[in-house]
Amino acid sequence: MKPPAFQYLRPTSLSEAVDMLASAGEDAKVLAGGQSLVPMLNFRLLKPTALIDINRISELDFIHEDEAGLRIGALTRHRVTQTSPIIAKRFPVLTEAMQHVAHLAIRNRGTIGGSVSHADPAAELPLLMTLLNAKIKLTSKSGTRELSPSEFFLGALTTALEEGEILTEIELPYLPDNTCWGFEEFAQRSGDFAIVGAAVTLTINAGNCDECRIAVLGSETPIRIPDAERMLVGPSPSAEVVTAAAELASEAAEWNSDLHATAEFRKQLVRTLVARALKSALDRQRSGH
Amino acid sequence: MSDLHHISVRVNGALYEGDVESRLLLSDFLRETLRMTGTHVGCEHGVCGACTIMADGHSVRACLMFAVQADGLSLQTVEGLGKVSDLHPLQESFRQHHALQCGFCTPGMLMTGVDFLEKHPDATDEEIREGLSGNLCRCTGYEHIVAAVRNAAAKKKEASR
Repeated sequence: MKPPAFQYLRPTSLSEAVDMLASAGEDAKVLAGGQSLVPMLNFRLLKPTALIDINRISELDFIHEDEAGLRIGALTRHRVTQTSPIIAKRFPVLTEAMQHVAHLAIRNRGTIGGSVSHADPAAELPLLMTLLNAKIKLTSKSGTRELSPSEFFLGALTTALEEGEILTEIELPYLPDNTCWGFEEFAQRSGDFAIVGAAVTLTINAGNCDECRIAVLGSETPIRIPDAERMLVGPSPSAEVVTAAAELASEAAEWNSDLHATAEFRKQLVRTLVARALKSALDRQRSGH
Repeated sequence: MSDLHHISVRVNGALYEGDVESRLLLSDFLRETLRMTGTHVGCEHGVCGACTIMADGHSVRACLMFAVQADGLSLQTVEGLGKVSDLHPLQESFRQHHALQCGFCTPGMLMTGVDFLEKHPDATDEEIREGLSGNLCRCTGYEHIVAAVRNAAAKKKEASR
């Protein structure tokens, strides 16, 4: 349970970091909060030649309200995301989801960029990126690019990050006015990874649902379920529509099967949690929150 | 591969300087280099919470950081909390409430508890349980630990009045 030897590099700027990453070669890894990477090193599941520690790059640690969206620096700690008043105001669904992310000491250290790049299929942040149409910004020596969640998350622990690239920033486009939300998760114990999670938003104006988003974790990557989303759009969604959409959602993917839950169990959880998330969103809308 | 780095780190107020290998975990630096064995090592992958310490005022897992990353930081371990003759209020509360049996998880429970009470002075029992959920105890069943933290919170509030 001791990590293999590696070269340790500690850049203090993004440009220095991408230079180091470019010259360190394909077996170098970026070290942010280390809450997933260091366990993998301790187990020797990974043997990087070099670790590029970005913890002292203060330019990656910010939350900024822009015109079109909220920009969150990759080095923003989970604790900061969880307690940010700006995030609570703009994206209360993200604040709620953060309550489920690991434990106090992990949240003190873990970062949004780290969690998104790690792409654990049972993690809350990739689910929220998928729900909120995040723009995931990557930088390398040859420039920057911006990917959507479906372009970025390719599989379990697999992303579109290429050699030499660092995830620098997440931009969350603001939700339309009159958007209510719901978040539900089932985990074995408080702070454990989710077995299934569901996050939804509904934009309702004068009783009419203009837009619905349903995102679910429980398969290889978090997914949106457009067919179920379309069912909710229209005049005041009824309880029957909610039930039917949740039923459809449960059929939408091949759910993971592992030690903790079979695919069949996950399917039932998807049905239950999507229905609950939609109901709680509608309840919030009715009560004016 | 010799990859040594010079670090300077404050531990419970005292400054330590020396060279460390990149891969040396902070938990091993504390226990083996500094011979401060109050910080316990259980799972070494961030699950059990026994190695929890404070780094610049926030609780962290010492097994998920490298010693080299602590360069320039100020750390607090259970050794810096109190002495047998002069227990920290949370340690005193643990003693009064029988919040430990074998004691293996206790250093981590205490350091998590200190950070938790700092961030949640008005915590409910449910919040205390959530706050301690990252620390495993195989003896007590947690009831007495929750009671100890609850009591320490009440005492702290009384004292600040």
